[in-house]
Amino acid sequence: MSLSPLQLCLLFSSALFCVGLFGALARSNTILVLLGIELMLNAANLNFIAFWRFGGAHAPASGVLFAIFSIAVAAAEAAVGLALVIAIYRHQKNIRLQDASRLKG
Amino acid sequence: MSSSPTLERLPLVVRDWLVGWLPESLRWLAGSLLAIVAVIVAFASLFALLTLVERKLLARVQNRPGPNRTGLPFLPFTKNRLFGLGQPLADGIKMLTKEDIVPRTADRVLHFLAPIALLAFAILTLAVIPYGRHLVPLELEAGVLYFFAAGAATELGVFMAGWASRNKYSLLAAMRALAQLISYELPLLLSIVPVVMLAGTLSPGGIVERQGGWSFGLLPQWHVFTPWGVTGFAIFFVTALAESNRSPFDLPEAESELIAGHLTEYSGFKYALFFMAEYFGMCALCGMGVTLFLGGWQAPLPFLAVVPSYVWFVAKLLTLLLAFMWVRATLPRMRIDQLMRLAWKFLVPLALVNLGVAAFWALTADWTGAVRATRWLIAAVLIAGPFVLLGRKLTTGLAPRTYRYAA
Amino acid sequence: MITLLIIATVTVVSAGVALLLRNLIHSALLLIGNWVGVAAFYLWAGAEFVAFAQVLVYVGAVSMIVLFAVLLTSRSPADMALAPHTRSRVLAAVVTSGAVLGVLLGAVISTPLPGTNITVPSVTVRDLGNQLGGPHAGAVLVVGVILTVALIGAVVIASTGRDDGKPDAP
Repeated sequence: MSLSPLQLCLLFSSALFCVGLFGALARSNTILVLLGIELMLNAANLNFIAFWRFGGAHAPASGVLFAIFSIAVAAAEAAVGLALVIAIYRHQKNIRLQDASRLKG
Repeated sequence: MSSSPTLERLPLVVRDWLVGWLPESLRWLAGSLLAIVAVIVAFASLFALLTLVERKLLARVQNRPGPNRTGLPFLPFTKNRLFGLGQPLADGIKMLTKEDIVPRTADRVLHFLAPIALLAFAILTLAVIPYGRHLVPLELEAGVLYFFAAGAATELGVFMAGWASRNKYSLLAAMRALAQLISYELPLLLSIVPVVMLAGTLSPGGIVERQGGWSFGLLPQWHVFTPWGVTGFAIFFVTALAESNRSPFDLPEAESELIAGHLTEYSGFKYALFFMAEYFGMCALCGMGVTLFLGGWQAPLPFLAVVPSYVWFVAKLLTLLLAFMWVRATLPRMRIDQLMRLAWKFLVPLALVNLGVAAFWALTADWTGAVRATRWLIAAVLIAGPFVLLGRKLTTGLAPRTYRYAA
Repeated sequence: MITLLIIATVTVVSAGVALLLRNLIHSALLLIGNWVGVAAFYLWAGAEFVAFAQVLVYVGAVSMIVLFAVLLTSRSPADMALAPHTRSRVLAAVVTSGAVLGVLLGAVISTPLPGTNITVPSVTVRDLGNQLGGPHAGAVLVVGVILTVALIGAVVIASTGRDDGKPDAP
């Protein structure tokens, strides 16, 4: 069985996605969970570029544009997420995700 | 108009001659390697020279002679010390033979990796600068973006050094350095956006090409000679000082409060690598400043264009580097809160205003004749107004200083 | 093809190791290496602009936020290494991600995808600029608004909430 480059790229991104998923589920440190989610976002981004490069796109720049927007939104997500981490830390003096179960301050 | 083609292409001719000895298939690789080696050797010798020049210059400003004891090795028995020209060599040997001490609690891997990462990224930034008409080591369409992407990564090296040392001064200094680098990256990038906007390209070579020609046959059409260009260049200069940790923004290495900052636990060759990376980064930023604002390798006057382009680039680069040193000799160090306030309350708003002025400049490109003076006037007012207002806001309550207890 | 395999291996392995390490700083730094690997993939695929944007945003900015967050939320280096994940939790994570991976792999391999003989799309930076300034200008504006809102929101969330308003000491 021989795999086409597109399939290899997709396998790569799926593996990366699952590693991110594992991290997000297994770790209880909020920062690591966020990093896992960030990894999953990156894996999704890989797919845009992979399909842009090998998918025979109709609009020549669409994949690249989507990746750029996605990176911008990921930056916003990281900023807000880590601000939340700091807020949680200030509130309960640790960043274990299990402890952050109350909305009431 | 342009210089003699043989002199202009001399480095390329030398390269082709050297590469010509090799089989066809290896030529591309050898050519690239040669370019890399040439850039690194050129900047390493420039670094050696700069350390001496800086020490001499600082000494002169402070009314002392500076290093003047070490001559060159091939003049051993003469009295002529050549102004201490052998000092970099002596420094190098000293650094190489010093003991390399790693603190026991340090994170050994990161402690080792930090100077390498820093230097690697600093060298990467040197790749896209157009050193001459035909001398661009790496032609990239998005070269400016590449430059700032690689430059942004140097922050990692600083952090790794500070954290891996397991020293409270190192860590504090690294955090300071990060805060400073992030804060000044914003005005740095905002100050170059007008250039990219007006030039319509992200390739450094293209930006230099756009600055060719002379208005009235005399004034070069460099970006620095426009209202938005001079503001952009001023912001770029200040932020470049901060990005390369130079005085008056050398807070991460403030000896009086933080020993030597993130370099505290480094000695011997690793320390030399840090030093080298710092100078490489400074050279790269100056080179980018020359490229973006000072016309790159373009000659300043039409009849001077006979001189090869790379000579002009080096001359401008050295001028800018000397300006950096002059600033270091002149200004005292800032305080961390002053530093942050300058970045966020002055430079960023000014850079945004400058962006607007550049947009105005781009929209009025077809104004000719007498209206052109109006264009200049409007742009100047648009910049000067916010500049004065922001500056006044920044300095209220700070000056003049009153001495309550002095007579 | 070999390049892709190398990039993929390095990236996935570095990500996996990063999420297993007990030292948070090491994890963060390894993940930064992983982001560089993703950028290398973009370069390999010919998307230069995205690669540089990835390095600029992730390695230059997001990594700094992460490192700051790590240092601000740990009181001692020993605290940082604390990783109280239970066995059942890890097991559940392995099962879930393994299942997702299986489904994804099966789907990717069994789906008929376009073959290798695809014309390489060439997009210059100028094209990208024209696209962003023309048909996608609205999206750019929306992203700008999102980023501004996120910035302000992050500042509001992370600020201490008390504003003593004292001027700086002279």
